[in-house]
This record gives sequence, C-alpha cells and structure tokens, in this order.
Amino acid sequence: MALLEISDFALGLTSYEGEARVLNGVSLSIERGEIWGLVGETGCGKSVTGLSISRLLPSPPARVITGQIRFDGEDILRLSDDAMRKLRGRRIGMIFQDPTTNLNPAFRIGVQMIDVALAASRDKPQLLGLKGGEGAGVRRRAARALAIEMLRRVGIEPADQRIDDFPHEFSGGMRQRVLIAMALIGKPDLLIADEPTTALDVSVQAQVLKLMTALAREDATAVLFITHNLGVVAKICSHVAVMYAGNIVETGAVKAVFKAPQHPYTRALMAAVPKPGVKRGGLEGLAGVVPNLQTPPPGCRFAPRCHLAVAECTAALPSLRSVEAGHGVACIMANPSS
Amino acid sequence: MTALISIEGVSKSYRSGAGRFIGSGGDVKALDDVSFQVNRGESVGLVGESGSGKTTLSRLLMMLEQPSAGRILFDGKDIATLSSREVRSLRRRIQIVFQDPYASLNPRMSVHDIIAEPLEVHKDVVETSARARTDRVVELLETVSLGAQHLYRYPHEFSGGQRQRIGIARALAVRPDCLVLDEPTSALDVSVQAQVLNLLSDLQERLGLTYLFISHDLGVIRHICDRIVLIRHGRLVEEGLTETIFTTPSSEYARTLIAAMPDIDPETPWGP
Repeated sequence: MALLEISDFALGLTSYEGEARVLNGVSLSIERGEIWGLVGETGCGKSVTGLSISRLLPSPPARVITGQIRFDGEDILRLSDDAMRKLRGRRIGMIFQDPTTNLNPAFRIGVQMIDVALAASRDKPQLLGLKGGEGAGVRRRAARALAIEMLRRVGIEPADQRIDDFPHEFSGGMRQRVLIAMALIGKPDLLIADEPTTALDVSVQAQVLKLMTALAREDATAVLFITHNLGVVAKICSHVAVMYAGNIVETGAVKAVFKAPQHPYTRALMAAVPKPGVKRGGLEGLAGVVPNLQTPPPGCRFAPRCHLAVAECTAALPSLRSVEAGHGVACIMANPSS
Repeated sequence: MTALISIEGVSKSYRSGAGRFIGSGGDVKALDDVSFQVNRGESVGLVGESGSGKTTLSRLLMMLEQPSAGRILFDGKDIATLSSREVRSLRRRIQIVFQDPYASLNPRMSVHDIIAEPLEVHKDVVETSARARTDRVVELLETVSLGAQHLYRYPHEFSGGQRQRIGIARALAVRPDCLVLDEPTSALDVSVQAQVLNLLSDLQERLGLTYLFISHDLGVIRHICDRIVLIRHGRLVEEGLTETIFTTPSSEYARTLIAAMPDIDPETPWGP
C-alpha cells in the first residue's frame, strides 16, 4: 500500500460564474522515500492538489465531486476536522512559497518551532526522546533542544543563539530554511512543498533544495514538490507528474519521462526551456492558454493547443495508459513501446 | 561598434535607516565603482542576485536617481549635464519593460490608452493627431503579435504573456533606441516565456534595438544576450561574451552561479 494514494479525485470550485472542475480525475500514488515533482503551467491545478491532500481548501467554495485520497490506508476526506488537524504538522508537513508571510513576525522563531514540536510530540513523545507523562517544563526543554538540532541540520549556526531571533533577522533563504526545519520537526511521513524556492536566488535555491531532499532521504519522507521549474524537477525528484487543466497527463520516473517525453504537452514544456544550442528567436513556445475550466473543451483538454490533435481527441478524455513500466501517458497518440 | 551607454565608475550610496536616528548608521553602498559599456544594437545581460544593485543601476540609467560618484554617458553625453529639453529626449530614447505585467499596467485604462500614453507625453517629437496616434497603437499591437481587435479591452482581459506584450508595445511606442528589460519573463510560465523571448529577439533584429536585460535566470540570459555583466554586492565581478563566461568563467562567483543553474537533464550533476 502506497503512503499516499489519490484515486480518480475530482474537485469543484465555485465562483460567481458557477462551478469549475479544477481537478478532473487525478490519480497519483506516492511511496515512502519517493520525491515527486508536480509540474505544469499556472492554473493547471498543482497547488489545489497539494491543498486538497492537506485539506486546507475551505468548503464551500471547494467541493469534492468524486474520488478518494488515502493517506497510509485511511481516507482523509472522511476524517473529522479534529483528526485532520492531528495529521497536519505531525504526519503531513507543508512548506509554501513565500517565506516572509509564513512566519509570525511577532514571535521569535524558537517559540514558533517549539510550538510545532510540542504539538507533534503529543502523540509521539519519543520524538523528543521522552517516554510520555513528563511535566510541561521537561517537555518544553526537550522541544527546544530538538528545535536547535533541526536548525543546525538546516545549516543555521550558531543554532542555540539564532533560535531566539525574530524572523526579520533572517534573510529570505534562511527563513525558508527555518520553515523547512519547522515542517520536518515532527518527522512527517509526507512533505508537501509548494514552490518553496521561487522567491529565492539560484544559488540559495540549490542549497535549500539539496538540504530539503537530503533530510527527506534520511528519514524516508515522501515529498510532493510542486513547481513550474522543470530544471529543478530534473535535479531533485525521483518521479514526476505533469498536470494540464486539472488532469495528470504524464507520469513516471523522472529519467524515463525527461529522456523520452510522450505527451505533446510535456514535450512542449520541455521545448520551451531555453537551452544552450538553441538559436536566439528559435525557442518553441506553446501558443494559447490554459482553458477556462468553467467551460472546458470536450475530450482531451489539451487538444485545442495540440499540434497533433485529430477529430478523435475531442471525443473522450484520454485516461493514463502505461507506455512502459511505471510511465503513464494520457494521450491517444502515445504508443506503448514494445 | 560604438557605445550607446557608458557607465563610468558609478557609485550610489543610500543613507541607511539606522543613521537617521543614531547619526552614525553609515551609508549602504548599493553600487561601488561600476564601469561597463553597452554598444548600439547589442543585448547586454545584467546578472546578479537580489541586493546586488541591478535595480539601482537601472534607476540611475532611467534618471530616477543621481549617482553619488562617476558618470553615465548616453550617446557620448553625460546625462547629468543635460538640459531639461535633452532629458526629455533621453527619456524617450530609453524605455523600460517591468517584471510584473499584472502590476505595471493601469487596470482602469484601455490598451489603447496605455500604449498611447507615452505618445501623448512626447507629442512634441512623435505623432500628434488622435487619428495618427490610434494608427500607431494598432501598428504597435501588430508588432507585438496582438491584433487591432484588442484595442479597447482592459488589462484584466489578457493573460500574463499578452500583458507583457502590451508592456513591450508601450515601451516601443515612442521609437526608443534602447530598452531596459527588468526581469521581463520571470513572472511568466516557461511556455509563454519562450514566446516573449522570441518576440524580443525578433524586435531587436527588425528595429535595431539595444537591450539591457536584467535577470537572475542564467538560462534566459544565455539565450538572449551577446555579453554579460555580472555584479555582486554592488561591484562588478565579471564581464565578457556570453559564451566565454558560460564555458570558461574566470571568477569563482560566476562558476558558483552557473553550477547552481538547474538544466533539464536529470543525469548531469547540480549544485556548487
């Protein structure tokens, strides 16, 4: 049983124009220790997928239409709010894009980290190296020691002093590292990272991402890494899922998908990345925009932008078919390799 | 080739916040003795991380700030000594395209008014009649591959890539010699970025424009620029032909940045 199993998940979001199916039958399965990249253009449903797993979308406007999200065998869509709150921060960690708005500016980072550690250790006292039943002071001291250790692991030194600093005393890259430390402090089984390095410089990005993946590997944490940067996926992920207009159109091991992309959308995205050797003015852009999901095109949602589209494409939504072991493509043109 | 822009030993300091209260806060040197040239018709990439002084330099060039030391020559003339008439002319000849196409277009103005505004400002040197102005706006929309049917639409009706095209059309309206492109594609998806980059290189070829391309995305810089100027903490670190810097960087900093740039090949190593 995979750690996270999303099956045929469809989600509607209501606006004053009506309900749009922003996720249209997403299936994804993540094992412990795997690092998944979720890529696609703006508005394809990447973030909404992440927020659905952590159930952070308010309902209404969000409404689950069909499908299941099973985390460690349990359907989290059926959990009570209380049970869900116990999962977040303890078994499901999250990191978001903007490191400046995700720390409370009025509290020292230590206070914020200790809060998370204490909450996470309520059911798992061994996290703090305790047996359970200790007094509040003992637990707090142990939580502080753990917070210092985590800061050290993300490379913030001297950790025992920096822990008492306020968020404004850290640079953007360091704040993001604090957030990574915070997300991993409860040793979650799954980490959802939504564009964690988009706001950072490239050299800091490399540092932060390598750190995040190294820590995830040490503890066999599964990671869902949401990004639009294909280069980063190539460098740090073991698997990739490409999303378009609420569907996963291609999925598989990074090496397989990047070496031989099968879906025309994946190919178009990869062709649009500037590479050495491509002449100036010779990039292949992808004309058109992600369709309005209020009124999605019939059949394959990518068909209106696809240069290979034929009449058959508009007949039905293609489902993911396996072209080789572990490499699925949702396109009627894709040929299984023999 | 002749230099269109010459930056000669330019420094810019800002009074730091602490100094206002304590008196001895000292100055922050945003730029420290930077010199380089931008030749007519070429595209120069100005590369640096946040806080390196890229934006300060573009503000000096646009005459939004005065350098603390050094001088900037445009077409051979020190821009600090220009008469107010010449300043107006300079402001016509250098135009800027901003990073965020969602923030840089007035949501209450139609595309026509947005693109025609610089024509209005510089009406002493460009088309004057309302008719001629509208014709020019249509021509500009076609130049950036948007049609005349968009003339009376508003910014919210456009996608990010289309808005950036509108921003480019506005910059081109007064027939500038030089465009300062301040991270023009970093808010765009890679698919749209490719189209905008193609458009920019096509425009440069057709109109003989000079580009100062500010970015931290080395992939984009490598694709579009002839030369690169690399700055860090306000100092010039390395300058040279794009391919030379990418293949044989001479500074440690350039090597670090290039190593940190993720390409889309899962099998090559990554990271400094």
